[in-house]
Amino acid sequence: MIEDLLLVLFALSALAGGALMLVLRHPMRVALALIASMLSLGAVYALLGVHVIAVFQILIYVGAVMVFMVYAIMLLDLRDPSFTERYSGLLWPGLVGCALLAGLLVYAAWPSAAPAAAAVGAPFGVQPFSAVFLNHYWFYFELTSVLLVVAVLAAVAVIKVRGGKHG
Amino acid sequence: MDKVSLLLAVSVALFALGLLGLVVRRNLLVMLMCMELMLNGVNLSLVTFAQRGGTVDGAVLVFLIFIVAASEIAIAIPIVLLLVRQRHTLDAGTYSELKG
Repeated sequence: MIEDLLLVLFALSALAGGALMLVLRHPMRVALALIASMLSLGAVYALLGVHVIAVFQILIYVGAVMVFMVYAIMLLDLRDPSFTERYSGLLWPGLVGCALLAGLLVYAAWPSAAPAAAAVGAPFGVQPFSAVFLNHYWFYFELTSVLLVVAVLAAVAVIKVRGGKHG
Repeated sequence: MDKVSLLLAVSVALFALGLLGLVVRRNLLVMLMCMELMLNGVNLSLVTFAQRGGTVDGAVLVFLIFIVAASEIAIAIPIVLLLVRQRHTLDAGTYSELKG
């Protein structure tokens, strides 16, 4: 079926973007690989029928977070030791540790994933999501606004610390 | 391999790749982006489980993770900018003597 083929294609493309992030040298190229990976994940969500999350993935991650990140990269175009030598001394321990972690996660998640594979739920769109979100989780929604205000205050405070010390 | 297993395997691989990048890369901005990749892996697993169970609770949690990721990046980027202003380098090894 064409949808399954597309799902596999986009999942592999997300993986390829993640793998490219490890080997590319310039931060801007890493950012582009991450954007490609996130767009592929958005396509995967859309193919799964979770359209709300697909839209938010594009709007928030690619549209806001990554634009901010690209802006920071353009601001800080430095040719320092982290550019000439990509990897720290933890390369081999990190590789071994992450391979072990991935194996452990697959080993732990496999039994729970396999049996109910036939019960893939029906696609859910904006309406069921909004009903559950604003009926059951409205308090957490309000809490996120508090979190965002705190984040803005913290960012301003970080700038103020620097300004107070030198200016 | 069925759909759910494939997506879970991809989410585990994305999480492991992000963690690996966070450990082995030296550039502060690249490390931040690898953290975003880890969050994306977690999101994919949440959506997969929500889809399998037929409930939207997992999708709500993904939405909340989006908010947390946005606030995280809003605080992390100014901190990186200030660090770079002080030492003029993005190499994480340079900041190894930070205390408190």
